[in-house]
Amino acid sequence: MGQGRVARGIALDRQARRGLMLTAPGTLYVALMVLGPAALAVAYSFWTQTYVTLDRTPTLANFREIATDPLYRTLILRSVIVAGLVTFLTVLLAYPVAYYIAFHVYRRKALWLLLVSIPFWTSYLLRVFSWKLVLGYNGVLNSALIWLGVIDKPLEWILFDVNAVVLTLTHAWAPFAILPIFVSLEKIDRSLLEAAKDLGEGPFRAFFRVVLPLSMPGVIGATLIIFIPTVGDYVTPALVGGSEGAMVANLIQVQFGKANNWPLGAALAICAMLCVTIAALAAAALLRFLGRRIR
Amino acid sequence: MMRRLASGVLPIYALLYLAFLYLPILFLPLFSFNDSKILAFPMSGFTTKWYAALGHETQLLNALGNSIIVGLFSTVFATAIGSLTARAITRYRFPLRRSSQALQMAPLVMPEVIVAVSLLIMFLSLGLSLSLFTVALAHVLVTIPYSISIMTSAFEQFDDSLEEAAIDLGEGEWGALRRVTLPVVAPGIVSSLLVGFTVSFDEFIMAFFLTGTEPTLPVYIWSQVRFPAKLPIVLALGTLLILASLALLLAAEYFRRRSLRLSAVQEGVPIA
Repeated sequence: MGQGRVARGIALDRQARRGLMLTAPGTLYVALMVLGPAALAVAYSFWTQTYVTLDRTPTLANFREIATDPLYRTLILRSVIVAGLVTFLTVLLAYPVAYYIAFHVYRRKALWLLLVSIPFWTSYLLRVFSWKLVLGYNGVLNSALIWLGVIDKPLEWILFDVNAVVLTLTHAWAPFAILPIFVSLEKIDRSLLEAAKDLGEGPFRAFFRVVLPLSMPGVIGATLIIFIPTVGDYVTPALVGGSEGAMVANLIQVQFGKANNWPLGAALAICAMLCVTIAALAAAALLRFLGRRIR
Repeated sequence: MMRRLASGVLPIYALLYLAFLYLPILFLPLFSFNDSKILAFPMSGFTTKWYAALGHETQLLNALGNSIIVGLFSTVFATAIGSLTARAITRYRFPLRRSSQALQMAPLVMPEVIVAVSLLIMFLSLGLSLSLFTVALAHVLVTIPYSISIMTSAFEQFDDSLEEAAIDLGEGEWGALRRVTLPVVAPGIVSSLLVGFTVSFDEFIMAFFLTGTEPTLPVYIWSQVRFPAKLPIVLALGTLLILASLALLLAAEYFRRRSLRLSAVQEGVPIA
């Protein structure tokens, strides 16, 4: 028995060494390329820059500027609100599709999943660009409606603004919502539904008390995977946001480009990241709470 | 009521949703054949001149070459790293297994602009000048998660006892890897290479911040989008790019399914 334990200890040790060795390249690479730059960005955010000279005296000046200038606050707030709205709409619109594929498609599941995920593999830039063609005062949609005689003059609500940003992003993120929700729905033991039925639950109650709570992990996954990157989206506000739709990523880009104030840009990036983290944690906690509550 | 909802309304909703997904993208090919620089209805007439014009845009062709170089470099490195990680997490139990997996998957869910500007700061602090190389380094980072998830499912299908059998039959570990493991997971590797290339080829933000004087194709497209006169050419280019991405994706899907089929055959083989 003692021998067996020793042999096992050695085997574990060998496994552990193998595992660590094989994951080392990836872990080191990602750590170097994510944690290293993040540490540098934090350092930069406490420095200041006048024209081309970098002053390395630590100061809170950048953060003070962000806290007091209403422009920065507006853009950060708008980014979080837009991302929240996009996430909510995407999950809400995608849930029935995921539900349909999981529970009502039997033989062509793979085909449906492929159809849903194909748009994701076309260039993100081009997908957003196609909305730039569709929307707008003289865009495809307005010109088509006028040509067909549906309207006399261009619709005003499809101008380039925050609404256009929300619409475009909701379109862009669709597959990210469908797939995780589908996976969690697919995992649900079908006999639970029969049990609910046998116990006298109507289909609606069975859905809200069995299916929805059990699919919460997928909803939470989709929420995080959409919300976090959307806060930092650059392309969509730049292409269809117009002057009123800019978000924090556009502001960060300006600091690293035209304005050439890297420390301020770094501070903005860090503030955005903090807001994202707090909002994402809050959203996940809320969804988990709701999932437990309705059960 | 619920049943009628499920059998009647749901399929219609799902189809409408698909239409919403595909419709905007279809305007790209549609207007790329339109004989006018104004992108609006009514359309003017059929032409292929925008496609013919693509061949004369030397900057575009250079950008295409740049994208191919960056894509090949990124996908080869990311697939190598991703395969090692995937092998480790499917086969071995070791300390920090979960956290190293989570760390390597993290680039998938981080706001790209923030990663891009942080990398920009680091590269310039290290004294690297911006070039296709810095873009490729970033693309390896964003491609690793895709490679890990594809290779993890490939290795999950692989039966470890095959490798053990090869070793029992006298192969060295290296020989077993080369002659048993790699051939079985080869379709997964091909799938990972294709997906990684597509991801890098379409990636814009990292390239936008980290390229020097040589643009990749998405960066080139970005620079052209502002000139209305160039829009039809961008549409033609975009149409071709979407077709290329689709072809790569479908090829990757074919190989992924083949790797699943191979392992199904493998399970049928009695290993006594």
